[in-house]
Parts: sequence; C-alpha cells; structure tokens
Amino acid sequence: MIVQALIDQGVDTVFGYPGGAVLPIYDEIHQQNAIRHILVRHEQGAVHAAEGYARSTGKPGVVIVTSGPGATNAVTGLTDALMDSIPIIVLTGQVPTFMIGSDAFQEADTVGITRPCTKHNWLVKETDALSGVLHEAFHVATQGRPGPVLVDIPKDVQFATGTYNAPKPSVSHYQPKVKGDMEEITELVAAMEKAKKPIFYTGGGVINSGPAASQLLRELVKATGFPITSTLMGLGCYPASGENWLGMLGMHGLYQANMAMHDCDLMINIGARFDDRITGRIDAFSPKSTKAHIDIDPSSINKVIKTDIPIVGDVGHVLEDILKVWKSRGRKTNSEALAKWWAQIEKWKAIDCLKFKQTGKTIKPQHALVRLEELTKQHDRYICTEVGQHQMWAAQYLGFEDPNRWMTSGGLGTMGYGFPASIGVQMAHPDALVINVAGEASWLMNMQEMGTAVQYRLPVKQFILNNERLGMVRQWQELLHGERYSQSWSEALPDFVKLAEAFRAKGIICSDPADLDDAIMEMINHDGPVIFDCLVEKHENCFPMIPSGKAHNEMLLGEAQTQGVIDSKGSVLV
Amino acid sequence: MSALKIKKGATSHSAYNLRPTFSDVVERHTLAVLVENEPGVLARVIGLFSGRGYNIDSLTVAEVDHTGHLSRITIVTSGTPQVIEQIKAQLGRIVSVHDVHDLTVEGASVERELAMFKVTGTGDKRVEALRLADIFRASVVDSTLESFVFEITGAPDKIDAFADLMRPLGLTDVARTGVAALSRGE
Repeated sequence: MIVQALIDQGVDTVFGYPGGAVLPIYDEIHQQNAIRHILVRHEQGAVHAAEGYARSTGKPGVVIVTSGPGATNAVTGLTDALMDSIPIIVLTGQVPTFMIGSDAFQEADTVGITRPCTKHNWLVKETDALSGVLHEAFHVATQGRPGPVLVDIPKDVQFATGTYNAPKPSVSHYQPKVKGDMEEITELVAAMEKAKKPIFYTGGGVINSGPAASQLLRELVKATGFPITSTLMGLGCYPASGENWLGMLGMHGLYQANMAMHDCDLMINIGARFDDRITGRIDAFSPKSTKAHIDIDPSSINKVIKTDIPIVGDVGHVLEDILKVWKSRGRKTNSEALAKWWAQIEKWKAIDCLKFKQTGKTIKPQHALVRLEELTKQHDRYICTEVGQHQMWAAQYLGFEDPNRWMTSGGLGTMGYGFPASIGVQMAHPDALVINVAGEASWLMNMQEMGTAVQYRLPVKQFILNNERLGMVRQWQELLHGERYSQSWSEALPDFVKLAEAFRAKGIICSDPADLDDAIMEMINHDGPVIFDCLVEKHENCFPMIPSGKAHNEMLLGEAQTQGVIDSKGSVLV
Repeated sequence: MSALKIKKGATSHSAYNLRPTFSDVVERHTLAVLVENEPGVLARVIGLFSGRGYNIDSLTVAEVDHTGHLSRITIVTSGTPQVIEQIKAQLGRIVSVHDVHDLTVEGASVERELAMFKVTGTGDKRVEALRLADIFRASVVDSTLESFVFEITGAPDKIDAFADLMRPLGLTDVARTGVAALSRGE
C-alpha cells in the first residue's frame, strides 16, 4: 500500500536505509520495479540526498528509514529542509502500536522529536487511514511554503491489510493562498513607477515557486531596468550574466549589492525572509527605503523588518499580476532617476570587491573557483556545497544562469550537506556534471556516502578546497578572539587520493597553480566519482564581510581593515 | 490561510501589523484558536510558544465540535504588537490549525473563568469569608466545620479580586480553569 501510494504520487526514486521496523516496506520495494531505492550509508545522508533531488528537480524528495536511531539520524536533514523550505517526505518505521510507550527496542517518540523540525507529521495507527495520510503528506509538503513532513508507521500497520484510496483532488483543509491582494499589488506598482533608487531583493521563494516564476522575474527586471540582487538561496533565479545583476547580498555579499540595499528608496523583496545574514544590524538596515515584501508565508512578513507593502501570495502568481498591472498603467518608470542610480551602482561595482591576486606557488581558493567556473560553465552543471568559507566563495565566484542548479544549506548551515546532496542531484540528472564544492572538514562529516556514490556509479565530483582548517571558524577567531585558534585546524586528515582508491574511486591531488587546469579537466573527464584534493592557501579570509552587529555600508573589503572591527555587542552574534 | 482572516488593522498599508511602527508596549491579547482534534495538536501549539519564546498567561482547551473533530484553544498571551502579530501568523501556519481569532482586537468579547478556592478558618474569619463569597456570587460546593470550598465564575480580574480578599481569611488552595472567551454578537 505504501509503495502504491508513492507510485501514485509520481515518485521514481527513494533514499533510505532498512531496519527492523520497516522490513515490510522493504519487502514490497523488493517486489517491484517502478521505484528505485538508493541505499545510503547513514540516514542523515538519505535526507540530504532527497533534498538535493528535490531542489534540482522541483519535485518532493522521499526518504524511508527505520524507527529509533533511523529516525533520530534524520533529524538534522529534516531541520535543514525546514529552514530552507524544501519539500521532503520522510517515512519512518515505528514499533508495533501495542508496544508504543514501552521503551521497546529501537523505539523513539519520533513524532514528538520531529514535531518542531517538520512542517507537519503524523503517526498512523490504523491501516485504513494510511493511504489518505500519505497523499495528504505530499499535499502538505509541496503546497504553500514547502517543507519536510514525516509519517511514522508502526510495524503492525505495515503488516495489516486495509483499504487503499487513490489520490484525489485535495480534500485537505490546508489550502494556502497563492494569489496576492490586488490592492497591495497596485500600491507596489505605483511605488515602482515613482522609485528613484529601486532594487529587487530576491530569495529562495522564487526558485520554490517554479521555473515560471524565474522567467517572470527576468521579464520584470528587463522591462523595468531595476537592479537585482539575491540571497544565497535565490542564486540562479536571475542569470549571473544578466545585465542588471549585482551579485549576492548579505554578510559575504558583494559590495555593490549591499551598498545598493542600504541606499535604495524602494526595496522589493521577492520570496526572501530578511534573514540575519542578510540584514546585519536591524536598526541600520536600509534606513531610507519603502519596503515591499512578497511571501507565501504570512509569518515571514513583519517578522524581522517592518514592511510597508506586504503581499501574501505565491511569487509566480504575484509577479504575473505585477507585470499585468504595470503594463496596463503604461509601463512607467522614473528613467531619469534610474540612470543616476545606475551611475552610482557602477561606481560601487568599480571597487571590484572580489579581486584577489594569485601569486606564488600556493593555490588561492578564489583562484581554484575561478578556474572551476571557467572550465565547467559550458557544461550542464549542478553545484552543491558544504558549509563555510568555500560555500561563500562558491556563491561569489561561480555564476548561476538558471534556477535549481545550486544546492547549498542556507538556513541551518549544515556541514556535511553537500556530498549526499550531490548524490541526490546526480540521481535526478544522470548525465549532468554534478560538483560538490567542499571544505575538507565539512566533507569528512558525511564521507561514508562514498560507498553510495561508488555503488550506484554516480560520477559526482568532490571538489575539496583543503586548507587544513575550519576556515570560517578560524576567520572569526582571527577577527574576534585575538587570533586564538581554538580547535579550528584539521589534524590527522586522511590522504584523500588513497581514500578515494580505498572506495575504488578516483582521487586527484593538486597543489600547484600551474597544474590546476589540467587537474580540473581530468576530474571532469573521468567517468565516475572523483575526490579532488585541492590544497589551498591556509589563512585566506573570506571578503567582503559585514561584521556582526554592523550595517550594510560598514562592510570590510580586505585584510587591512580587519583589526578591532567587531565591538563587544557584535561579538555575541554569530 | 486562516491567519489571513484576521481583520485588517488600523493602518491601510498592512493587514498584519496593527501599529504604524514597531512598538515596545506590551499588550495582553486573548486568542481563540480552532484546531483539528487530533493527537499532538496541543503539543504543536505549546511547542510553538516555548520554541519561539512567547508567553502563555493562560490556556484552556476542549473539544467543541465532535462531528467536525474540532477543539477550541483559548490562549491569553502578552507581547509587543509585533510579537502578537507573529504569534497569530505562526499559529496560522500550523497545518492542524483551522482558524485564529484575536478576540482583543476583533470587536467586543466576553471572557469567563471558573475557579475554586479552599478557605480554612473559624470564627469571624469564617463568617467574613462567607459574606464576601455572597457579594461575589460565589457558591459553596463543599464545607466542613473549619473549611469552605467556593466556586466562582467571572472575568479573570473578578477572580483575582476575590482571591485577594480571601487570602487574609485563610485561603489555602486555588484551582483555576483559565480563560474561555467568545466574541459578542453574531
């Protein structure tokens, strides 16, 4: 019945790990061919792989794990998916209903543990209710603001036979509103017509809304000529090669993007949530602007930043209406003021905040990414990352032309996300070039998934920027904690080439800038999983940077300015 | 979504923030939350309050519609206007929540609470307790030669006032149900 429900929901791939409490489900999986099961090496890997699958396809990812430790190992992935609004359906086994509460073997209060880290969860105690709950789970995970859901299924419910109901047009009371309020939309269009210094500030909501939303956004940006920046989560919704692109904003965002956010007079937030990595100091955040906020989740509005024009609705629907209204009112913008605004932005751009010098015999991490970009941008390419300096550099130096091409742990910042995510992406796109830009420390957190990559012949490329440090931690210790580098170096690292070989995969090591291009080409051309150990400069810092507790216009650009910049109040923020 | 049914506030700009600026003034609001009557639904609501650091001054819950599987949770909470709006929006996005009403801002409403007080004592104090109970329309539901249990129903401040009066007269135990509230009119 469970497998039938998954098939009826259009599922073709599930990620999971068997165990006592899910044996009946695995028995069913064994007797069919419609759904492919990917055996991961750790349940956390299963959830991240499903996230990678979901983010690169727009379809929900499905996970099956056993009770107790299987469920608790999935918690990090669930929280990650909740923070980044990724649709995931996790099915967990549970001890039989008559044993629940008896501290049975591998029993955990799964719905209790996962209540705060799922959008919704269910414990199914009657077999007849099972199919309805499973269909409802897909509905809840994908409608409105997407998120992870969990269905806990006791083993006796799995064994029993019951009535199966096919999915039908939703009977659920959960029907989030997708159309924006026309009054507010008209108010926003009026503000856009008058704006002297407007900016689009876009986020993951554009990508979650689907490819049509990205297309509409591109049309709107082109038609109005307004500058556009995006959060880490929204990269790709507007092409990096686009004329109006300012680059990413936020703590490690580009100078022009942050300065434009600070000085703008109309901020149009489309599917972003004023995260603290974006806003910096709240009371100094874009002080002179009128703020419009388009979000499908009413709780995002006025949560952090007071909004003048709130529009609750799905980004795609709202953008369509904005375009319609704006066109019907005569396609007006304040072009004279806009030209001045762009002249100012060009001055900020001229600072060239990402410049660096590749000199000497050591590879700079930025240089490694510039070369990676150059040698892979023509490919059908998907990029995952782990968390830390390499993640920010990847966001800064790689260009994303399309949505669903960039998989990174934004809200939760989960080290160990990228490698399993790359496996999920490769499963969904078997012929694409899937690269996980990693740091050596993050990568080690889920390195057991090498087994999965090799078993399923998934040619994922693990591009490890190895500085033998927890680079971002080290950077903060340098800036904030008197250069006392407490526990932030990677001692006793493995030989990554030998590690790859131990898994019967390919390992490449590169330490000389002169060899870098050839080594990257070797990685791309190898038909199979590759661990690329790129030895980089150990003490490179990630700039630009808005220090904690500072405003957008108080950005640090490089080494010279970094002494004593974060005051005691800022240092309590992370 | 249910949170959208919250009536528009005083500003023309915003359906969600009832004040023109973020204010520091802490207000007390009574929220009526209609939820699916299913296991764990109360934990979801309480978990939201503890997880996000909101206050619960009082909370009552009971099934109100057996056939429709609906329960009504009445929550008295306090916070700045921005926090109150957040609480309502966060409640609204819980999948099992059907409806959120802020009885404090959506027109007039009535609030009632039931309480029982055990007062022990003899002599004048005992007589005075009985006399005050009569004034407050509290009824005696249990009595020994040295104690009374009073039952009183009313708005929370009436019950507070009664408790204040009973304290010097030998109040030993209090049980309160928390607030139940309904909007006035149709």
